[in-house]
Amino acid sequence: MAQVELSDIRKVYPGNVEAVREVSLTVPNGSFTVLLGPSGCGKSTLLRMIAGLETITSGTCKIGERVVNDIEPAARDIAMVFQNYALYPHMSVYDNMAYGLRNRGTPKPEIEQRVREAAKLLAIEDFLARKPRALSGGQRQRVAMGRAIVREPQVFLFDEPLSNLDAKLRVTMRLEIKRLHNRLNATSIFVTHDQVEAMTLADQVVVMNAGLIEQIGAPGEVYRHPASRFVASFIGSPAMNLMPGKIVEPGVVETPGGKLAFDTARFDASGEVEVGIRPEDIHVAGSGTSGIPFAAELVEELGATRLLHGNFGATPIIVAVPASGTIYENKEVRLSIGPAAIHLFDKTTGKSLAR
Amino acid sequence: MVEHRGFSRFLPHIVLVIGVAIVAFPVYLCFVGSTHPQDIVANGQMPLTPGPLFFETYYKTLFVGSSGSTREPVATMLMNSFIMACIIALGKIAISILSAFAVVYFKFPFRMAAFWLIFITLMLPVEVRIYPTYKIASDLNLLDSYAGLTIPLIASATATLFFRQFFLTIPDELVEASKLDGAGPLRFFWDTVLPLSRTNIAALFVILFIYGWNQYLWPILITTRDDMQTIVIGIKKMIVTADALTEWNVVLATAMLAMLPPVMVVVLMQRWFVKGLVETEK
Amino acid sequence: MQKRAIFGGKTLPYLLLLPQLFVVAVFFYWPASQAVWQSFLLEDAFGLNSSFIWFENYTELFADAGYYRTMVTTAVFAIMVAGLSLSIALLFAVQADKSIRGAGVYKTLLIWPYAVAPAVAGVLWIFMFQPSLGVVAQGIRTLGIPWNPLLNGNDALILVVLASTWKQISYNFLFFLAGLQSIPRAVIEAAAIDGASRTRRFWTIILPLLSPTVFFLVVVNIVYVFFDTFGIIDAMTQGGPSKATETLVYKVFFDGRLGGNLGSSAAQSVILMIMVVALTAVQFRFIERRVAY
Repeated sequence: MAQVELSDIRKVYPGNVEAVREVSLTVPNGSFTVLLGPSGCGKSTLLRMIAGLETITSGTCKIGERVVNDIEPAARDIAMVFQNYALYPHMSVYDNMAYGLRNRGTPKPEIEQRVREAAKLLAIEDFLARKPRALSGGQRQRVAMGRAIVREPQVFLFDEPLSNLDAKLRVTMRLEIKRLHNRLNATSIFVTHDQVEAMTLADQVVVMNAGLIEQIGAPGEVYRHPASRFVASFIGSPAMNLMPGKIVEPGVVETPGGKLAFDTARFDASGEVEVGIRPEDIHVAGSGTSGIPFAAELVEELGATRLLHGNFGATPIIVAVPASGTIYENKEVRLSIGPAAIHLFDKTTGKSLAR
Repeated sequence: MVEHRGFSRFLPHIVLVIGVAIVAFPVYLCFVGSTHPQDIVANGQMPLTPGPLFFETYYKTLFVGSSGSTREPVATMLMNSFIMACIIALGKIAISILSAFAVVYFKFPFRMAAFWLIFITLMLPVEVRIYPTYKIASDLNLLDSYAGLTIPLIASATATLFFRQFFLTIPDELVEASKLDGAGPLRFFWDTVLPLSRTNIAALFVILFIYGWNQYLWPILITTRDDMQTIVIGIKKMIVTADALTEWNVVLATAMLAMLPPVMVVVLMQRWFVKGLVETEK
Repeated sequence: MQKRAIFGGKTLPYLLLLPQLFVVAVFFYWPASQAVWQSFLLEDAFGLNSSFIWFENYTELFADAGYYRTMVTTAVFAIMVAGLSLSIALLFAVQADKSIRGAGVYKTLLIWPYAVAPAVAGVLWIFMFQPSLGVVAQGIRTLGIPWNPLLNGNDALILVVLASTWKQISYNFLFFLAGLQSIPRAVIEAAAIDGASRTRRFWTIILPLLSPTVFFLVVVNIVYVFFDTFGIIDAMTQGGPSKATETLVYKVFFDGRLGGNLGSSAAQSVILMIMVVALTAVQFRFIERRVAY
């Protein structure tokens, strides 16, 4: 096992398209790091540069103590699980897993032993003689992981491996990957655009946007303390409500809905700002109490929760409330929003104004 | 599908049965003619049912040769045709799969130039450059040799394009997985591309075998010795002599024998034949 | 178009290309350029002396009524074969496409003539239609129709057209069937619900949707008549009687035979090359939407 260290990595494609700009990142030994971002943010390119499938325009990539910029993918001691599995369709499951070891000249008994072990771990022992086309999506996914595991690499790379699976299977496989990581404790880098995958799997989330890292942190950290408007709106579902605001007196921000107190210990702001409030941090207070007046035009029933859609002035607002209570459609209620619920961002740069 | 009702349900069958009969009729007559004595065929008294001389005629055709001339027995011609068709098919597949692999999987200076050089050959069949090609073959001492019979017919791009189209459908991830598994280009070619190309190779082989077997103009020019003749030109040489001397029963038996291998290939390997035909033409 | 994941390597790609480029250079580009060169030369019969005469071979050709006659023959030949074999093949394909039992069997029974060598096809048909011994020729004469393809040019041309058509039906049938099967059933069903009769559905729905196939096949059939019928003609008529069945390719062969008139033959080759390139260009222009080269 090894740590992966990226410093000032850039990737420029012909035609001066900058896919990754000046990215520095350390993936600690044994960590499960998830690169999260919308499509086109450069997360896959970054992963492919670590794998050696793309050349690095500038910067250095270190795996363990070794700079690997000019080292062939096969010699980097990494293994990769691809989005569409990339299983060799003409080889049996066994041969798919053994192929890389054979190319490396691993002795036959050892190949056999490693393949059997990985197959047992992944519960695909019964399919070893089958061809990939005779397997279900989940089984193929397991074979693809098995192919990586038998190599016993320093680093596992996952390129959106769950996105081809149906929703239910995705949840199962997600858990399996998590269990596998807990067991093997191997350094893993996992690319996805799915925040739920990122939050559940990672011990370190790297949120990327437009070729840059927006924030690095633990899942709870990026959720609770988003470093930018982008992170705030990308993580959390439904997305954080964002609205213009103005600091009218210390610790009070005026929003289209009304004046709200914020935590001055956390935020240092003045003048015009961008205010962010998570839908789940807004509560409906009993009628007659003080609070921000709000009327839901539309209520979405999600089972466990309900989403109330309404407006603060011209800004659309979503409020998440437990489904157990009354239905508030077209009825004016009062909302209570505590100081801890308020996030403040710079109006122009979008950076968090946290101290 | 809109279902047919009443009489119109049978119409397709009627049309197709008539069609099959018309298409098969010339070959049926040919077979009938090959089983009757020479004089009966030659004076136009041939009945429409097979005659008694099936074994005699075919034995004579295959192993003795027609008597009026010094023609080789047809067995030799069949062998020549078979060798020629196989060399053309395999040779074309071999050089094409390599060049297509180079063009698709490598990046190198003049890649597109090389591709176009090969691509343009698609446009011009051997017939339009027949004499200069003949002259080169003769300058290179290739007359009356299998090399001369086959190599000039290998010089065409159809198979290269066919493989190129197929390679473009192989997912990129497979190359990447191979790279991570430590396979270089040649290993990737051997372990992955070649096995994946099996059905395409089979389809192409069927088409090229027929193409090679049926060659006519080029073999006529390039072969002068009787023992190098292919069956398709041998049969033609049997009927150029004055009408009365043509041994029609032998000619027709030869025609049957000339048709049998490629037709069998089409019928038995129909799936690959159709695939090859449809996909090489694009 | 190229793969995202490609291999490096300085010499390997060239080594892989070498065999094909070598064969193509020696047996394609060299002879093709020789043909162009020779078309500007006047050579004596033994090939010993030659003189450069610019476009004289071409001007002579275009002044030659015989050359025009060959062109007309080729055109008539092509139109008749393409028209006949396309119509018959379409008829068969439409019938086979109707969901009837045994469609697969009919397909097998209709496609095999593709595998018959043109020269052999010629032998089959001359055997049926040869005036003195042909079974069919006798039948025609019993009906009182004069028939002698050995002496009558029109009879000979008809015979060559029939043999060429017979051989080409299977090819056209296969492509028509594939084209028909790729038409979504729902479209035809929708037309039926819209009240279009069977015939109307064919002319207003099926044929327009099939038009790419038709166009493709027309080009292929013309190229077929130009080049692949050589064996049929040589086996049946040798271009006769009195050049009534001589096509452009046959004339190239005939005029250059035994060093006869290599200059003129080469000039004809060049004209043919231009025609084929034009045909192919039209075809590629047309299919480039489907296949990105």
